[in-house]
Amino acid sequence: MFPFSFEWIWDMSHMVFHGGLWYALSIMGLGVTYCIIKAAYDTAKGKGGHHEHGHH
Amino acid sequence: MDSALIPKGVKRCPIGQFALFIAVAGAVLLWGVVAMFLCYIKGLNQTNMNNAYGFALWIWADLAVIALGGGAFFTGLLRYIIGKDELKNIINYAVLIGFVCYSSALLILAIDVGQPLRAWFIFWHANVHSMLTEVAFCLTCYFGVLAIEYVPLILENRQIDKVPFFHNLGHNMHGIMAVFAATGAFLSFFHQGSLGGVSGVLFGRPFGYRTGIGIWPWTFFLYTWSAAACGPCFTIFITRITEMATRKKLVKDNVVDLLAKIAGWMLLTYIIAKIIDTWYWAAVTAPAMGFTLMDFYSNNPGSAYGLWILIAEVGICGVLPAIMLVSSGMRRNPGLLFIAVTLAVIGACLNRWVMVLQVQAVPVLSFESWFTYFPSWQEIATTILPVAYGVILIALSYRYLPIFPQEPELNPIEGGK
Repeated sequence: MFPFSFEWIWDMSHMVFHGGLWYALSIMGLGVTYCIIKAAYDTAKGKGGHHEHGHH
Repeated sequence: MDSALIPKGVKRCPIGQFALFIAVAGAVLLWGVVAMFLCYIKGLNQTNMNNAYGFALWIWADLAVIALGGGAFFTGLLRYIIGKDELKNIINYAVLIGFVCYSSALLILAIDVGQPLRAWFIFWHANVHSMLTEVAFCLTCYFGVLAIEYVPLILENRQIDKVPFFHNLGHNMHGIMAVFAATGAFLSFFHQGSLGGVSGVLFGRPFGYRTGIGIWPWTFFLYTWSAAACGPCFTIFITRITEMATRKKLVKDNVVDLLAKIAGWMLLTYIIAKIIDTWYWAAVTAPAMGFTLMDFYSNNPGSAYGLWILIAEVGICGVLPAIMLVSSGMRRNPGLLFIAVTLAVIGACLNRWVMVLQVQAVPVLSFESWFTYFPSWQEIATTILPVAYGVILIALSYRYLPIFPQEPELNPIEGGK
């Protein structure tokens, strides 16, 4: 899973498989982190007072 | 009692009636949980799997729910990437159904691996030459994407939404949902395809083996295609069942019609590709390996596999619903639409059955006869377990979350609060 694992080999299969995995995990992680930080920032700025509307 | 949690402008059944419904579904769930723990405690000897059937009912159920859960990624792709804005009125439900399907698939796999404490080995000690490693990676990541898409729906609960942080979080997540939808489509393409690739690369099993492009057999592309076609059909199927159960119209006809039309064209093109694939396999691939088409469908005493299953999968549950869905007259008839999506759903399930179980029924040695298999009650119970779980999650989500944005407009309540 990581280049420091004993069975890791720098070949195309490992790079494609694990590159794809870490690409997807990075997008998900960064996306959620951005949303949480921005939500905290917006809340500190006083946004998000009670007004119900749908987001779809 | 729970009226403060129910979305604004909609009516729900009394809490007692709801609790009774959950209790019935919960009893079925409990039956599955008992069987699950039997498998955990006593091991896979609780199943009827054997040396011939290393993949059995569980893997079929996995592949079937993953195909049917494909409605989430394909509807998300249409809504967020291609810009079919009308689908915003059904995307929530598609995501919920996808979440149920993928969590069910993971639950079944967690039982099937036999040693769940070592399930992480597939990530840590990945075999990069295995299609199933790609499936494990993409399936887990895509379940994460579906969870990310489901969270904003939970945050829209009337009480949770009152908390400014959660309101902002939900709003921000909606804002970048296209990024998650694109990631979901990327992951789905590969794991749906790799599931198809598993049977397609089995050189020693001519019934499943297919030629293809590079390392990818044609089944790789056919699986992704069929999931994109039949997934939305399953979304429509469950939406109609929910409407019947609640005796309400929840989604406007134009929304369902658009999704059904796209699914119909996907199904029609898929089934043409499937027929060409089957013909090429029967006429070229299998004869090159010493078999005729009828070797796989006759002289198999004790086995139920005959030509009927090919006709049922490709004709009755493939060509027929495709024609019904692309024909606007038939598609706009509610009864015929329901029949068409039901057939398409059965077709996807039959295809997965054939490519998982029939592949293993065919003998590989000249002195062997066809292998038969019937699942144990533990396998059946643990396969029904996710259905009960899905019913409960959908019921809870429908009651407490604004899953259907058009529901208040379609079902106005007097003095609606």
